[in-house]
Amino acid sequence: MMTALTKEWLEQRRTHRLLIVCLILLLFGLLSPLLAKFTPEIIKMVPGGEQISQVIPPPTIADAVVQYLKNLTQFGLLLAVLMGMGMVSQEKDKGTAAMMLAKPLGRTAFILAKAAAMGASFLIGTALAAAAGYYYTLLLFEALPAGGWLALNGLLLIYFSVYAALTLLASTLNRSVLGSGVTAVGFVILLALIEMIPAAGKLLTGGLLGWAGNLALGSAEAPAWGALWVCLGLIAAALTASVLVFRRQEI
Amino acid sequence: MSAIRIEALTKSFGKFRALDGLSLTVEGGAVFGFLGPNGAGKTTTLRILTGLAHADSGGAWVEGLEVGKSAEISSRIGYLPEEPAFYPWMTGIETLDTMGQVHRIEKAERRRRVDEMLEMAGLTEAGKRRVGGYSRGMRQRLGLAQALIHRPQVLLLDEPASALDPAGRKDVLGMIEGLRGQCTVFMSTHILADVERICDTVAIIDRGKLVANARRADLIARYAIPMLALEADDVDRLNKLATEVSQMGWAHAVAIEGRRLTVTVKDLAAAQRELLAQAVAAGLVVTHYEQVKPSLEDVFLRIVENGKESRQL
Ligand SMILES: Nc1ncnc2c1ncn2[C@@H]1O[C@H](COP(=O)(O)OP(=O)(O)O)[C@@H](O)[C@H]1O
Ligand SMILES: [Mg+2]
Repeated sequence: MMTALTKEWLEQRRTHRLLIVCLILLLFGLLSPLLAKFTPEIIKMVPGGEQISQVIPPPTIADAVVQYLKNLTQFGLLLAVLMGMGMVSQEKDKGTAAMMLAKPLGRTAFILAKAAAMGASFLIGTALAAAAGYYYTLLLFEALPAGGWLALNGLLLIYFSVYAALTLLASTLNRSVLGSGVTAVGFVILLALIEMIPAAGKLLTGGLLGWAGNLALGSAEAPAWGALWVCLGLIAAALTASVLVFRRQEI
Repeated sequence: MSAIRIEALTKSFGKFRALDGLSLTVEGGAVFGFLGPNGAGKTTTLRILTGLAHADSGGAWVEGLEVGKSAEISSRIGYLPEEPAFYPWMTGIETLDTMGQVHRIEKAERRRRVDEMLEMAGLTEAGKRRVGGYSRGMRQRLGLAQALIHRPQVLLLDEPASALDPAGRKDVLGMIEGLRGQCTVFMSTHILADVERICDTVAIIDRGKLVANARRADLIARYAIPMLALEADDVDRLNKLATEVSQMGWAHAVAIEGRRLTVTVKDLAAAQRELLAQAVAAGLVVTHYEQVKPSLEDVFLRIVENGKESRQL
């Protein structure tokens, strides 16, 4: 397992996956409070925007948190799919998986090392985004409650992990990178459709993000323990399914 | 105990039977040529032996361990796929070191072996460079190095030299020949010359079935059709002789190529007695006469291209 992990982590670094995840999450971490602050000003500059900007209430720290959540979830999801879709399928397609797995390297270790390496990249990326977001919110608005902010980012990381794990499953099910991408997008759409059912939405990522937003602002409203457990369960289920499928597969 | 034993292996892809009851034994220490035309099922067999693919029925044993039942096999074998693939972002040294780690070779020993393998593969210089920039021949040699890093008992090679140019081919075949006595080599190929060059035992597979399995020399002695050839300058008389010979009971087929007449024969002793005498009687001045040494190619073509005849073998 250690060997597989070492290899995967080196791959995250050498193929610039780590760099890309960190840069993009960091960028939106610091951009979000800026956007929240200056959106009214930007609208003012557009011809005819004067009137509209008067109707818009002055930006608050809550807007900063909303922007942060909105931008990071969108780009984090995109990153999870783009970074994860080739992880297994490409190795099968190129033949590197056959090379490794004809050796005493377990198939379970092969999959779990990939999950762990991708998780580590997102952990670092989210930490950078959190630090940048905290600092710029402090500069432009006021200090966020540190504990709440930490909790938001923890939940955000779980949100990323849900999609990373589903993408890994998609990558295990396919032999081509393109097929994996299509399957992963299918999973994303399926999840989004289920979220539209109000009762189910509360128990999925929607509930998780709502709770995260409240926590960041120091409010204890609408805790979504149910959603947290469902998301963790989804991650575990996707990883288990990947392992079980992969163990039977012809490589 | 045999190094490899395959029994009644079958494998289908949809309706297509890639392996159709293949049985085969490879003795320890052999350099074994697994010969067959493209699509015969060689790669499929090797992939089953490594555990990467699963057979529909039948069984296989490596060093007495059953494939699919014993995880220990992966430590005993070294495998070079038909198209070896590496992580392009690793250097040659890192590649071999990672493979050594997978085999749980400890660090100091691993370093020694990585150097040793690079040297053997002629990659000492290139070892520090990323594998992404290696040529086909370099990748093949690195592939052989990674298959040998843990000193396996059985080496499985899938067309190790087929995709290389003559120089690269010579290098790789030389490396394989150097392993004689160190481990059992099971090498698939569709190229006869490669088998003739280094293998001591040969199996021929066609359409998923074994059609011949013997020591190379025995195979040639048993299945090659004996052939006599003579050369003479008088082409008209040579043609006349050809017609005469073709009616003889001992002759199988007669061919003329320029000034050379070749006769494949059914009864070698009778042919040796009579052919030359007939040539002299026909007034020919024979400039050259020989019994042509059959090659593995003759055997192979005869067996594979004449599927019906080979069933009983
Ligand atoms: N994954 C697969 N799916 C469908 N057909 C396959 C697959 N692998 C091999 N085959 C077919 O099985 C036959 C044997 O293939 P293979 O073992 O690769 O032959 P060889 O290595 O002797 O050239 C071929 O006809 C090939 O097309
Ligand atoms: Mg093949």
